[in-house]
Amino acid sequence: MQNEAQVSLPENSIVEISALHKSFQDLQALCDVTATIDAGKLTGLVGPDGAGKTTLLRCLAGLLSPTSGSIRILQQDPVTDSSELVEQIGYMPQRFGLYEDLSVIENLRLYAQLRQIETTQRDQIFEQLLEFTKLAPFQQRRAGKLSGGMKQKLGLACALMSRPKLLLLDEPGVGVDPVSRQDLWQMVDVLTEEGMAVVWATAYLDEAEQCETVLLMNEGSLAFAGSPTELTDRLHGRSFRISGIQNHPRELLKEALQLPGVIDGVIQGRAVRTVTDATEVRTDLQNLAASVGGQLESVAPRFEDAFVDLLGGGPGGQSALAEQMETVSLGEQNVVECRNLTKRFGSFAATDNVSFTVNQGEIFGLLGPNGAGKSTTFKMLCGLLKPTEGTARVAGLDLSRSTTEAKLKLGYMAQKFSLYGLLSVEQNLDFFAGVYGLTGATKKSRIEEMVETFQLQAYLTSSPDNLPLGFKQRLALACATMHRPPVLFLDEPTSGVDPITRREFWTHINGLVGKGVTVMVTTHFMDEAEYCDRIALMYNAKLIALDSTDNIKASMAGPQEDLTMEQAFIRLIKQSDLQREAA
Amino acid sequence: MAANSRTASRTLALIQKESLQVVRDPSALLIAFILPVVMLFLFAYAVSLDIQRVKIGVVLESDTPKSVALASYLGGTRYFEVHPARSAEQLGARLVSGDLKGYVLIPGNLEQRVAQGNQPLVQIITDASQPNTANFVAGYAQGAVQRWFSEQPSLAGPRINIEARYWYNPSIDSRQFLIPGAIGIIMTMIGTLLTALVMAREWERGTMEALLSTPARVNEIIIGKVLPYFVLGMLASTIASLISLFVFGIPLRGSLFALLIVSAVFMLPALGQGLVISVVAKNQFIASQLALLSGFLPAFLLSGFLFEIDSMPQVIQYITNVVAAKYYISSLQTIFLVGDEWSTLLPNVLYMGLLGALFLGISRLKTRRSLEG
Repeated sequence: MQNEAQVSLPENSIVEISALHKSFQDLQALCDVTATIDAGKLTGLVGPDGAGKTTLLRCLAGLLSPTSGSIRILQQDPVTDSSELVEQIGYMPQRFGLYEDLSVIENLRLYAQLRQIETTQRDQIFEQLLEFTKLAPFQQRRAGKLSGGMKQKLGLACALMSRPKLLLLDEPGVGVDPVSRQDLWQMVDVLTEEGMAVVWATAYLDEAEQCETVLLMNEGSLAFAGSPTELTDRLHGRSFRISGIQNHPRELLKEALQLPGVIDGVIQGRAVRTVTDATEVRTDLQNLAASVGGQLESVAPRFEDAFVDLLGGGPGGQSALAEQMETVSLGEQNVVECRNLTKRFGSFAATDNVSFTVNQGEIFGLLGPNGAGKSTTFKMLCGLLKPTEGTARVAGLDLSRSTTEAKLKLGYMAQKFSLYGLLSVEQNLDFFAGVYGLTGATKKSRIEEMVETFQLQAYLTSSPDNLPLGFKQRLALACATMHRPPVLFLDEPTSGVDPITRREFWTHINGLVGKGVTVMVTTHFMDEAEYCDRIALMYNAKLIALDSTDNIKASMAGPQEDLTMEQAFIRLIKQSDLQREAA
Repeated sequence: MAANSRTASRTLALIQKESLQVVRDPSALLIAFILPVVMLFLFAYAVSLDIQRVKIGVVLESDTPKSVALASYLGGTRYFEVHPARSAEQLGARLVSGDLKGYVLIPGNLEQRVAQGNQPLVQIITDASQPNTANFVAGYAQGAVQRWFSEQPSLAGPRINIEARYWYNPSIDSRQFLIPGAIGIIMTMIGTLLTALVMAREWERGTMEALLSTPARVNEIIIGKVLPYFVLGMLASTIASLISLFVFGIPLRGSLFALLIVSAVFMLPALGQGLVISVVAKNQFIASQLALLSGFLPAFLLSGFLFEIDSMPQVIQYITNVVAAKYYISSLQTIFLVGDEWSTLLPNVLYMGLLGALFLGISRLKTRRSLEG
């Protein structure tokens, strides 16, 4: 089979990691990692935040020494032989390692001098790199003034300066628009064809599928090493999609997840995607599909399905959080409404003339690359920023007039959990309950509910800073929903968390929406957009699309073409760029 | 040989990079050039330890010629603005409100006692809620009263005529020693704060990680940081000195050469301290707090700039020995007001050099070529 052919020959491997352990004080960051990295291949280092990806890359770059175990790169040790190895390794850290006050060419010159490239060769190398990264027209521009995508390319150019044999990229795709991300994949393809070993660390599981080999990390351990198809093949015939249903797929998902044998399920637009365990449950699913007038079809397994399977399956479809809620009725059709919303910082418009309305009981997603204006729009809707022009209303209240009243009606979960590190988990819950005006017996019972729902018992006295990421996010959600708000704002709620916690989050969100809560969410996970009833795509401060995911994909697809959300987004961006150039 | 030239070219590249950043970063220029000017003007005009026309009351219990003469003598000095009253009670409210800092009570029997050749009694009351001012009022008032008595022929007798001469600062103008001291404070700020901040910024923005993954060595990175800020500090000290000389008219009795040497040596502990802070603080907020706490405040409080070290408790006096600004400010005051007194300057230079070596040594040992710890 194809997989056998891909088994690496030992002479091809340029990195050998054996029994690598790395701990910081009492934290075990890497636990017994044994792997090889091959020349001429793109190796994906995949896993949720805190899985140990960055620690492993830093060990490879010689910036951290292993607690035990060993790393050999080209038969040398990255720490003790760093002076010999340093020219063989190109490393791009998470924020690209650029000097923002220096221009593109000055950054290149600095790294060329530090990597002691001969003066005679310099101009030629710069020319090649600038051409390769398409940055030639921007040579004199300061790095701080570049877009996210261009910064990332410049970071790559600097890391490629000494023509390394091993290139380490730490989350190069984060915060970059999909078009630039696609460019980067193409550049990396060229590099691996030339024989370079490239390691691409990412928390996006869909990126793993594009890699030749994958090192899948979870909680510091290696969960899988090999080609992604090898992993997904294990799920052959276990992934299904139910489509063509009339009602909303949320109820269907809940029922599907209750079937024995179904280990995972997600919403995809108007369809439900499920993964089953090895037992034969196809007939059960078929019956379920028929009962709602839909069809069941077998689909190709995705990397994420395999990861969830590896972790022992996702959570059930019941949300304990939603069950405690009373049904919300605001008696208001347009729960969130913004008209010609504009926010300018000086001459720069962060949000430019954005209008949309959100109905009660709807999940509305705001998508777009970093800097597109999502967060600014979001903050205006939560009353955290004052619009320069236009109005924003939540639950019928104008946010620029009755901020306090409106705020009591909404729950807000910030991107970086705004919890107090110096208060314990219990004190945080107590504080947020107090802030939202809960008192006495109600306050006590709500806190107890939250502790039980999110299984926080074990952590009550510890500081939120010491919680595992998944629990931090749970605590943040608990704090935002304790006062049972009819409108919930979630800013990147599942960014970087493991897929199980992500499932759990969406189960809660689905459950809450079932009770009539309106949910606004921002995300840059394209597949997560599929959970939303409608999405607004933002690009360059403007709304470039507003519709259900199915309709957006269909409108961008040619005949007989099935697009992913990401592909549709790329086409939309290109279209918008063309229109802008024409104007 | 090849290794040496590589080190040199890498260091040069880092120095170039840092210089470009300084020139383009408005906050660095603000700290280096605007802050010194603002601080010099503040110290020159806002902080003054001299008494100038302090409001005091004078209680005249009688209007005899001698009482009136003493009262007007008090009013005639440049230290007091005199508000006359008939009884102490009349001044009570104004003393409580802080309008008057004290009063001098000239008793009704002054004339008699002077005529009898007795030392007359004059009462001086001061508002001691501000002890410093109270001391000055008491001291100056006492001095003025005594001087007046000594000029009274009826009290004549063999007297010792004491004439005080104020060396090095004949007009006893506090600005003359405050300004050189202020230069010391400014240089502490630039050396320590700026270095700590820019190092923390490298960590914060992730550029340190990128630097460490190149062949650049720790020594090169440190020199690449220290040299540009050394030059910047020297420029700032030159500007501050020029302002002192030409705007505030502080005399420079020593040589420019000595001034530059002393400043250059002081930059070592100041920059070293900034680097030590950056070993601990990897973000700019903590770095600036630490720089203020460990650099600015000790330079302000423990250097002898404002507060006499000899009058501090013994334990604190020991602590002042590791405050590099103490040696620098003392050297500056010597060079500006006394001259090139090398017997004072050399030990100071030696101590600053030692502290500099200590701080730079610690930062070199603690900055590792890794992200560990």
